[in-house]
Amino acid sequence: MSVIIDFLIGFFILVGSLFCLIATIGVIRLPDVYTRNHAASKAATLGVMSILLGTFLYFYALEGHFNSRLILGIIFLFMTSPISGHLINRAAYNSGVKLWDKSVRDDLKEYNKKIVNKSSVD
Amino acid sequence: MIEIIIRLALLFCSISMLGLIYRVIKGPSVADRVIALDAIGVNLVAITALISIVLSSHAFLEIILLIGILAFIGTVAFAKYLEKGVIIERERNH
Repeated sequence: MSVIIDFLIGFFILVGSLFCLIATIGVIRLPDVYTRNHAASKAATLGVMSILLGTFLYFYALEGHFNSRLILGIIFLFMTSPISGHLINRAAYNSGVKLWDKSVRDDLKEYNKKIVNKSSVD
Repeated sequence: MIEIIIRLALLFCSISMLGLIYRVIKGPSVADRVIALDAIGVNLVAITALISIVLSSHAFLEIILLIGILAFIGTVAFAKYLEKGVIIERERNH
């Protein structure tokens, strides 16, 4: 039993820290604000959630201490990370940061154009 | 075994924080810097959890929620500042 718990804790923590490292490589290497934000928000969140789950298992199984704040932290990160990523992406688009010059599709631009045309007709 | 894994995880998190600091300094636009600062805050949560395992005390675990909330509020405030130029708007009609 203890060996299985040890294996689970080690697996979660190692996978989480590797996710953090891969997310950082993405943030350094990717060409654009939007793709960088994709790497940072998604992969770092999954990694940190996995590390917190490993910590919760450690304290619950090896020290018998049920810490509800860790679960609350996991839920909070899971809720707020996509929201903050979306907000900062939207702010970057509206403040005029260019897309990568090889990106093919820009739906928000056409949407904004449609909105402007409709308001000028009115 | 588990001590080695935790030390290794701390090393990985520290390396990733250094890479994010590179992006904060270099980043061509302000949005890059804000994204990297947000990711640094999230990484700090992970490092706090790992440090509390190393010291085997659960006194640090309350800080995790606090750091998460502060990082989220900071990112929202920066996004609003980038988009509108102010953080707190006042409606003045008179």
